[in-house]
Amino acid sequence: MAVRVQSGDFDVGAEMAAMRHGNPKIGAIASFVGVVRDLNEGTDVAEMTLEHYPGMTEKALEKIVGEAKARWDIYDALVVHRVGTLKPTDQIVLVVVASAHRGEAFQACEFLMDYLKTRAPFWKKEKTPDGGRWVDARKVDDAAADRWS
Amino acid sequence: MKPNHSRIATIEVLYFARLREAFDRDREQVELPGNVRDVSTLTAWLRSRGAPWEQELAPGKPVRIAVNQDMAAADTPVSDGDEVAFFPPVTGG
Repeated sequence: MAVRVQSGDFDVGAEMAAMRHGNPKIGAIASFVGVVRDLNEGTDVAEMTLEHYPGMTEKALEKIVGEAKARWDIYDALVVHRVGTLKPTDQIVLVVVASAHRGEAFQACEFLMDYLKTRAPFWKKEKTPDGGRWVDARKVDDAAADRWS
Repeated sequence: MKPNHSRIATIEVLYFARLREAFDRDREQVELPGNVRDVSTLTAWLRSRGAPWEQELAPGKPVRIAVNQDMAAADTPVSDGDEVAFFPPVTGG
């Protein structure tokens, strides 16, 4: 189980390979990658800057991973979240979950993303033709997280 | 005569994202007035400093607060040496 907050990019294949090596009990690995889009709420987005709360962000992510481990029979989980300035097509976030069978891996992966979006202290500011714009929290994300409670 | 620092309670207040920009600072050390003992009284005291705190921390504004890096509620205690952070609802992922 690991969480990382970093400015650099990540290699999905390498992360998944590292997870399965050395654990022959793993039968399923599910992953999710969040990517920067060039459009949000009808406005062009040239780039975005992600800010976090060093210390609390890592603690919050570890807590979320701990909850996933308590709810599902999973062998391993990894969350990598980037901060700093990112451009459209850049990867933002990676979640990888390993388990014996696919059901647990799929569910835990979706749970981790839903909880991360509503509970981990990250904030996005977009650069648009009209200037900088802080992204507002969305009700649909709260609803997605509420499904698991 | 040396001042008696042991009687003064200080906390570190951190601001993120929109609030960091509105207050033009990412942190400040604050000497706690005697009547501040929890998140709710701390917020009211910050508001009493006037603009822009009064507007940005007005009741009903979407502001989240953490004490010592754990999400806090209005009645979460605040005391000497604490780290209290104010920020908008999170938008990661």
